[in-house]
Amino acid sequence: MLHVTKSVTVLRPREDVYRFWRDLENLPGFMQHLESVKTTGDARSHWVAKAPAGATVEWDAQITEDRTNELISWRSLEGSDIQNHGSVRFSDAPGDRGTEVHVELQYDAPAGNVGATVAKLFGEEPAQQVRDDLRRFKQVIETGEVVRSEGSLEGAGQGLFKQRPAQAAAVETRR
Amino acid sequence: MKATCWMGKGSVEVRDVPEPQILNQRDAIVRVTSTAICGSDLHLLNGVIPTMKKGDVLGHEFMGEVMEVGRGVKDLKVGDRVVVPFTIACGECWQCRHDNWSLCENSNPNAVLPEKMMGHAASGAFGYSHLTGGYAGGQAEFVRVPFADVGPLKIENGFSDEQVLFLSDILPTGYMGAEMCDIQRGDTVAVWGCGPVGLFAIKSAYLLGAERVIAIDRFEYRLQMAREKCGAETVNYSEVDSVTDTLIEMTAGRGPDSCIDAVGLEAHGHGLEYLYDKTKQMLMLESDRPIALRQAILACRNGGTISIIGVYGGLVDKFPLGTIMNRSLTIKSGQCHVHRYMRPLLARIEKGEIDPTMVITHRMPLADAPKGYDIFLNKEDNCEKVVLTTA
Ligand SMILES: NC(=O)c1ccc[n+]([C@@H]2O[C@H](COP(=O)([O-])OP(=O)(O)OC[C@H]3O[C@@H](n4cnc5c(N)ncnc54)[C@H](O)[C@@H]3O)[C@@H](O)[C@H]2O)c1
Ligand SMILES: [Zn+2]
Ligand SMILES: [Zn+2]
Repeated sequence: MLHVTKSVTVLRPREDVYRFWRDLENLPGFMQHLESVKTTGDARSHWVAKAPAGATVEWDAQITEDRTNELISWRSLEGSDIQNHGSVRFSDAPGDRGTEVHVELQYDAPAGNVGATVAKLFGEEPAQQVRDDLRRFKQVIETGEVVRSEGSLEGAGQGLFKQRPAQAAAVETRR
Repeated sequence: MKATCWMGKGSVEVRDVPEPQILNQRDAIVRVTSTAICGSDLHLLNGVIPTMKKGDVLGHEFMGEVMEVGRGVKDLKVGDRVVVPFTIACGECWQCRHDNWSLCENSNPNAVLPEKMMGHAASGAFGYSHLTGGYAGGQAEFVRVPFADVGPLKIENGFSDEQVLFLSDILPTGYMGAEMCDIQRGDTVAVWGCGPVGLFAIKSAYLLGAERVIAIDRFEYRLQMAREKCGAETVNYSEVDSVTDTLIEMTAGRGPDSCIDAVGLEAHGHGLEYLYDKTKQMLMLESDRPIALRQAILACRNGGTISIIGVYGGLVDKFPLGTIMNRSLTIKSGQCHVHRYMRPLLARIEKGEIDPTMVITHRMPLADAPKGYDIFLNKEDNCEKVVLTTA
């Protein structure tokens, strides 16, 4: 079992932050390990996560609580590769500081092969991954997209400084 | 394209590298016309700032012509002539909205690294290690500029490159160093380091009303520039027993009202203290050598201000914290919030209050960058500031 809580403060009105997050299809835009989220019904959605070596892990989820501008909770349905639930809570930050976003996630990885894949998905530092996801979330909601450099860290599990176009060509090919 | 690449400790080469591409909608690609070598680049060259990777493109002081803009760029057009601030800022986060641009919360995609070392991350910066985002630098023919509507300052009044290039870093940095001193009537300001940053700090201290400015260095040609171009009194620290005592005596026992450190983590010194710090730095027991800073803290008048614009990277030893506490000193510091100062300083250049070209001693083509680094590092040929140009 894996339990993570992380938070971030963003300089946007609470309504905007809630609305962005409530469209679950926005999540893969900043959550590194998610490939897609499709809304399949009123409160239902289908999630696909990227696992190492090209594998994927999938599940269906249901929104269990939805309080406008305050809280969204969800839970995976029976028969998922991975049982999980989570919530995100929105509150006003003090003064002019915008909105606090508090995320809580819990994954119950099954035993066996799938369990091992799920464990790899989160690497050794699940809390750091969620922190990085929230950093990208802040970039997206404040600036419009995930901010990139020639030498960005492309996610904890994937090695440092992957993307490097403006680099000495000869050096690049030598590594 | 040609670019100046960090090839390992003590080594830079001009190499062929792929041209930069638009990676974000708010990017622009700038064709660099002029770029400069900074004291900060020397820290990278010397390997005292961690996370440089072989092949990284250097350079954070540059200007040029906009060649291409992303879909999200509204205020810049292809063909615009711009000076680009060395810190990268989004313009949307809480720190940007509070005018603290070098603390932008979004522009460092590698924020996790400084968060682990320093608790929190500062903004991204061009050509300045992977700690500040891994952005390719501008000592190159072309450079990608993120948040192109936010940082770059359009130059439309016919100024030459040399007149406005230093708005990218060292002029605002020197100015911020003086501004942090909150200079009052009658104040004496002491400035450690007569590099380009120190000279602009001296000049700015006078513009902001200082009565006297005392500059400290060991290179006579630099002290001479401080005297003749900026009107400072000078102290050659190699020729006095104690800089602190000298300054206290020069101010009739009071000490300078504020002290600016424009030297940073590779300060040079004499005697045991220098040996101590140099050895510890070599053994990696101490990352920074705060020799000038210690002197500044000891010399400063009771209740005065220490303004740190010289760069520090990590940890220092024998830091006189008790002096700061018992004598009510205030410490102010930061990477320069360049965006805050570009327009007001352009206005001062226009009014003729400051002529940034005064610091330039060497001009050479980009291809000669390694030579430029060499003479600037070793303070050869009376080198104060090197400007590199592309054909
Ligand atoms: N805060 C910022 O945003 C910012 C921006 C640009 C540069 N910097 C930093 O400012 C510093 C100066 O940059 P520069 O381009 O002028 O570099 P520089 O190398 O030209 O100048 C440094 C000067 O300090 C002198 N010095 C060394 N030890 C000294 C000592 N103990 N006492 C007095 N002087 C001493 C050297 O002789 C030299 O003249 C560097 O640390 C650089 O990284 C900071
Ligand atoms: Zn600089
Ligand atoms: Zn910002």
